[in-house]
Amino acid sequence: MSKILIRGAKVLGGEPQDVLIDGETIAALGSGLSPEGATVIEADGKILLPGLVDLHTHLREPGREDSETVLTGTRAAAGGGYTAVFAMANTFPVADTAGVVEQVYRLGQEHGYCDVQPIGAVTVGLEGKKLAELGAMHESAAGVTVFSDDGKCVDDAVIMRRALEYVKAFGGVVAQHAQEPRLTEGAQMNEGVVSAELGLGGWPAVAEESIIARDVLLAEHVGSRVHICHLSTAGSVEIVRWAKSRGIDVTAEVTPHHLLLTDELVRTYNPVYKVNPPLRTERDVMALREALADGTIDIVATDHAPHPHEDKDCEWAAAAMGMVGLETALSVVQRTMVDTGLLTWADVADRMSFAPARIGQATGHGRPISAGEPANLTLVDSAYRGEVDPAGFASRSRNTPYEGRELPGRITHTFLRGRATVVDGKLA
Amino acid sequence: MKRHLISAADLTRDDAVLILDTAEEMARVADRPIKKLPTLRGRTVCNLFFEDSTRTRISFEAAEKRLSADVINFAAKGSSVSKGESLKDTAQTLEAMGVDAVVIRHSASGAPYRLATSGWIDAPVINAGDGTHQHPTQALLDAFTMRRRLIGPDAGLGQDLGGRRITIVGDVLHSRVARSNVDLLHTLGAEVTLVAPPTLVPVGVETWPCEVSYDLDSVLPKSDAVMMLRVQRERMNAAFFPTEREYSRRYGLDGDRMARMPEHALVMHPGPMVRGMEITAEVADSGRCTAVEQVANGVSIRMAVLYLLLGGNEPAVSSPRTDRTEEK
Repeated sequence: MSKILIRGAKVLGGEPQDVLIDGETIAALGSGLSPEGATVIEADGKILLPGLVDLHTHLREPGREDSETVLTGTRAAAGGGYTAVFAMANTFPVADTAGVVEQVYRLGQEHGYCDVQPIGAVTVGLEGKKLAELGAMHESAAGVTVFSDDGKCVDDAVIMRRALEYVKAFGGVVAQHAQEPRLTEGAQMNEGVVSAELGLGGWPAVAEESIIARDVLLAEHVGSRVHICHLSTAGSVEIVRWAKSRGIDVTAEVTPHHLLLTDELVRTYNPVYKVNPPLRTERDVMALREALADGTIDIVATDHAPHPHEDKDCEWAAAAMGMVGLETALSVVQRTMVDTGLLTWADVADRMSFAPARIGQATGHGRPISAGEPANLTLVDSAYRGEVDPAGFASRSRNTPYEGRELPGRITHTFLRGRATVVDGKLA
Repeated sequence: MKRHLISAADLTRDDAVLILDTAEEMARVADRPIKKLPTLRGRTVCNLFFEDSTRTRISFEAAEKRLSADVINFAAKGSSVSKGESLKDTAQTLEAMGVDAVVIRHSASGAPYRLATSGWIDAPVINAGDGTHQHPTQALLDAFTMRRRLIGPDAGLGQDLGGRRITIVGDVLHSRVARSNVDLLHTLGAEVTLVAPPTLVPVGVETWPCEVSYDLDSVLPKSDAVMMLRVQRERMNAAFFPTEREYSRRYGLDGDRMARMPEHALVMHPGPMVRGMEITAEVADSGRCTAVEQVANGVSIRMAVLYLLLGGNEPAVSSPRTDRTEEK
């Protein structure tokens, strides 16, 4: 494999440096590195980050290849600056056996745009009744370490307790989709002022918060770690903050859309804003930003949820829940966290690469940018401003809430183990 | 007036008063031996009903026919919708057949808004009730009924409901009628009080332009009109209230409670009434109950809305105003 010299990049937002990639690894950092024998990329003060890691992606394959495949999803991921994604288990069939997780893992390896680390279902068929063969999935070629029934909550307290305990044997972690099912029957949007007016079934914050409170206490009781998916309320933040102060081994994620959008958008009845958990209020958005800044929330995860056009081009109640996010995540984080002064680029590297790789144990990802490390890198033109045009997405689906919005920042290059997957903003 | 009628909140005070005044003129047509105006001759109106509704559909149909429109009735049951056709395709199919306006009833809140704003079709959309969101023509006919009874058919012309105290009782949470009425009555200057058990009041109600009370008896003596909402028996299965009897005791309107209302005060009900639940037969059949009158007024209001949305800007061949002069 050839050499690549990235010249004048602000590594983690710091002073401009040259970074030399040799084969699959970073060979050297410094100023005035020799370009001899190397392809030169003039970074011109662009930001160099470690390849992003998404702990929460829906790739839809197998089963819903009309909305996304491992190929289209990993191309979208590369375009968004990701070098590793964790694929959620709610496929058809459900990823609750070694066979399914190995298939998804191998597809990721074959296509080569981005490493795909499958997440295994906690319970058989995501039904919350019976533990799936978690050990078999861990021991499979896919080496599953993260387990989640995402899309559904492991609401049975005993099943949740057992899952938390069981995965300790091989260092796994359960990622909980916190949604008390009885409190959210028929729920269509955040319960509050807007739902009262629109006459849409309310999704109370307490349905999320009560499960988080229960699960951090369960994790404490059995001495396990627990990861909370997509925090969306100010109350959830307070509970996680309390749990961490108590020494409970909990980590939490927030999606880009919950950092930017509020339930006021639902007044349009446009289902592109329909998502689980629902968009909340301005107060929640501000609390989530603050929590991501102070570390209460550990990571940003996209919850990239592709849906075919017909599942959104309809009345609100009939529409599917979810938004695509891989190709806009970093821009939204720049807009909400960096441009607002809440996070530095080094912090962004932590929240979107180091920490998610650590939580999910993604080997070779989320590593420091230094000599000898795997060359998983993302180059960001943070000065760029442009309107989001879904027609340019690599994802098979277009259900973005940002169409026509101006967002900052653009990925110009992504490297997966030294090989460019994105060059000059285009998939290689 | 906007091009569509989706929400009572979209109406200004002047829009609403214009509709009520126009409805008065339409009501005179109903008193004639031949109850027909040529206003919408050659226009096609589609009643697109995705949810069972006999009263509202018939009321719209009567209004359309009195204005000489060609009427297409589309009921979701037995149609292509049951085979999985989308709202978009259904609406586009109907528009391709040359529909000039769509009256839509749908179980999903916001479906009429989507139909009007998604670029799927061009025709004006009239909301005939969507989920638990809005039912603007119901609110208009209720306001029309109040104005006629409390002020008078002629004396009320040009008037709003400023200072009138209106109490709405029952399942506010699941009621599009309550939402529409709160919006419209507020616009018309009335003071609205909602009365319901706390379980049937939506979280977020605090921003609505009205008062909320859990005590019916304390509100009754201060009411110019008391509107009883239907309460579905199945709500008690979801623990909104313990039993039908307890609901009736605390929130039902019976003869004793009606006696506590001022003498001039009306009892209103959008129908269908659940006698013995929210209202006793004694009250429902009394002269103070306007339920039947509301049905009649519904036709006049829907004529007025159709006229104003579809024909109101044209120098009508026989505008209702001309008819009125002829009558004199």
